[in-house]
Amino acid sequence: MRYYAYYPGCSMEATGAPVEKAIKAIAKPLDIELMELEDWTCCGSSPFSGVDKVKAMAITARVLAQAEKTGLDLVTPCSSCYTILHEANELMKDDHKLAWQVHEALTSVGLNYNGTVKVRHIVEVIYNDVGVEALAAKVKRPMTGLKVACYHGCQQVRPEYGYDDREYPDWLDRISKALGAEPVNYPLKARCCGSSLVISETDMALDLIHKLLENAADNGAQAIVSTTCPLCHTALDAYQSAVNGKYKSHFNLPVLAVPQIIAVALGLDFKQAALDGNIVSPRKLLSPYFNGRTADSDAPAQKAAAG
Amino acid sequence: METKLKPSFLDEVASVPACGKINECVQCGVCSGSCTTAAHWEHPPRKIIAMVRAGMKDEVLNSSSIWYCVSCYLCTARCPRDIKPANIMHALEAIALNEGYKPPTKTTTMYRSFARSIEQNGRIYEFGFMLEYFLKTNPFAALRMLPMAFSLLTHKRMPLLPKAVKGRHQLNQMFHNITTGGSR
Ligand code: SF4
Ligand code: SF4
Ligand code: SF4
Ligand code: SF4
Repeated sequence: MRYYAYYPGCSMEATGAPVEKAIKAIAKPLDIELMELEDWTCCGSSPFSGVDKVKAMAITARVLAQAEKTGLDLVTPCSSCYTILHEANELMKDDHKLAWQVHEALTSVGLNYNGTVKVRHIVEVIYNDVGVEALAAKVKRPMTGLKVACYHGCQQVRPEYGYDDREYPDWLDRISKALGAEPVNYPLKARCCGSSLVISETDMALDLIHKLLENAADNGAQAIVSTTCPLCHTALDAYQSAVNGKYKSHFNLPVLAVPQIIAVALGLDFKQAALDGNIVSPRKLLSPYFNGRTADSDAPAQKAAAG
Repeated sequence: METKLKPSFLDEVASVPACGKINECVQCGVCSGSCTTAAHWEHPPRKIIAMVRAGMKDEVLNSSSIWYCVSCYLCTARCPRDIKPANIMHALEAIALNEGYKPPTKTTTMYRSFARSIEQNGRIYEFGFMLEYFLKTNPFAALRMLPMAFSLLTHKRMPLLPKAVKGRHQLNQMFHNITTGGSR
C-alpha cells in the first residue's frame, strides 16, 4: 500500500462528483491510500491570481503548509489545482518580497511552510507509481475494441513540471491500452477546452469544446477518455449538448474520466464506476462489456482467479 | 512622510513573481502564434508585452485583450526566452483591478465573484458564484445555462447549498495580515 496526502479541490465536490467517486473506488484495488487533507480550502486558481497575487499565493500556501505536516506527497486530480499548487510551491522557495509576505501571513495563523512538499497529479501517480504493467495485470474486464480519444487537457502537461510531453502526451493512451482499449490518433489531445472562461465567454469556450469533440469523432473515437480534471470532464460531458445546440451537431460521445474506465476494466459495476453521474450516458456503449461479462457471470471466474 | 518614486509600468509588472524576464523578450511572436484564443485579442500576447515595455499602461489595461487568457500555457511552453506570458497576463489583470481600470469584459466581474466565493466559504461554491455573476451582469444570459445546470443538478453534480469550511476563518485572518502589512 502506498500513502498520499490528497487534495481533491472544490470542483470535485460538485461538478466533478462522478470523477471523485470513481477515484475513491479504484484506490484500494490499485493499492493506493489517499488521505484527504483536513479542512482544506480552495487552491486559489487562476481567477484569484488575476485579482490579487499575494492573497492568491497565501491561499495556495495554506494548502501546502497543511500537506507538509503529513510528510507525504501531495496528490491532486484537478489539473488546475495541480498547476497552481506547483507554481506557488516554486515561488515560496524564492527570496521574494511576496513570498515573505505570505510566510508572515502563514505565521499569523500558526502555520509555516518550509518548501518540502512534492506536488503530484494523480494520473502521474497511476502511470509511474502503480505502473502500466501492474495495471494491465489487474484487468478483469478487458475493454477490447473500444476506440477512445485520450484527452489530457492543458494544465496537466503544461507549463513544465517534467510531466510527459507538453504538446503530445501519451500517458492516458498507454493506460487505456493497458486496459485493452484502442486509443485513436487525437491531435488536439492537449489543447485547452477554455473552461476557465466558460461562464463569462461562453461562445468562445463552446467553440474550443466543439473542436475537441469534432477532432475525436473525426478520428473514429467512440468515447473520450479524459484526464481526472473535473473541469475538463465537465466541459466535454456537461457542455456537449450546448455544443450540439450551437453548432447543430449530433455528438454523442461519452466522456469516461480515466478512473471510470479503469473501474470498469477492474470489474466494478456501472454505479461503482460512477457512470450514472455522466450526462452523456455511456450505458449503451459499455453494455457489451458489462453484459456477458457482467458482475454475475464474472463472479465465479473472479473467485477462481483469486483463489 | 516618506516619498516614494513611482515605479514605471514595466517595473511594476517585472516585480511580480515569475514575470521578471519580461525584459528578455525578443518579440519573436511565438506566443501570439500559439495562443489558443488569439483571435479574440485586440492586442495579442506579443504586442501586449511590447506595449508594457513601451509604458503604454492605459492602452493595455483599458483593453479587454488580456482577459481572454484561458491559462493554457502554450505560450509559456514554447517561448524561446522562458518569459511566461501567461503569468504576465494574470499579473496585468490584477494590476488593472487594483487600480480601478474598467476594461470592456465581463470576466472581471466573474473573477471578482469567484474571489468573493472563496472569501465567504473557503471553497468555491459553484452555484452561488454563478448566480452572483449572472445577477451582476446579465440575468438573461443565465437562461442559456439552465438546461446544463439542470442536468448537472439531476446528476447530483450541482449542490444548491454552500459548504462553508472552518478553514475560511484562517484564510480571512491571513488576508487581514496581508492587507494591514502584518507585523511591520
Ligand atoms: S482550481 Fe478550481 S477546483 Fe481547484 S481548488 Fe481551485 S477553484 Fe477549486
Ligand atoms: S483543458 Fe480545460 S479544464 Fe482542463 S486544465 Fe485545461 S483549461 Fe482546465
Ligand atoms: S514567445 Fe517569448 S520571446 Fe517570443 S514574443 Fe512571446 S514572450 Fe517574447
Ligand atoms: S496561456 Fe493565455 S496567453 Fe498563453 S497561449 Fe494560453 S491563452 Fe494565450
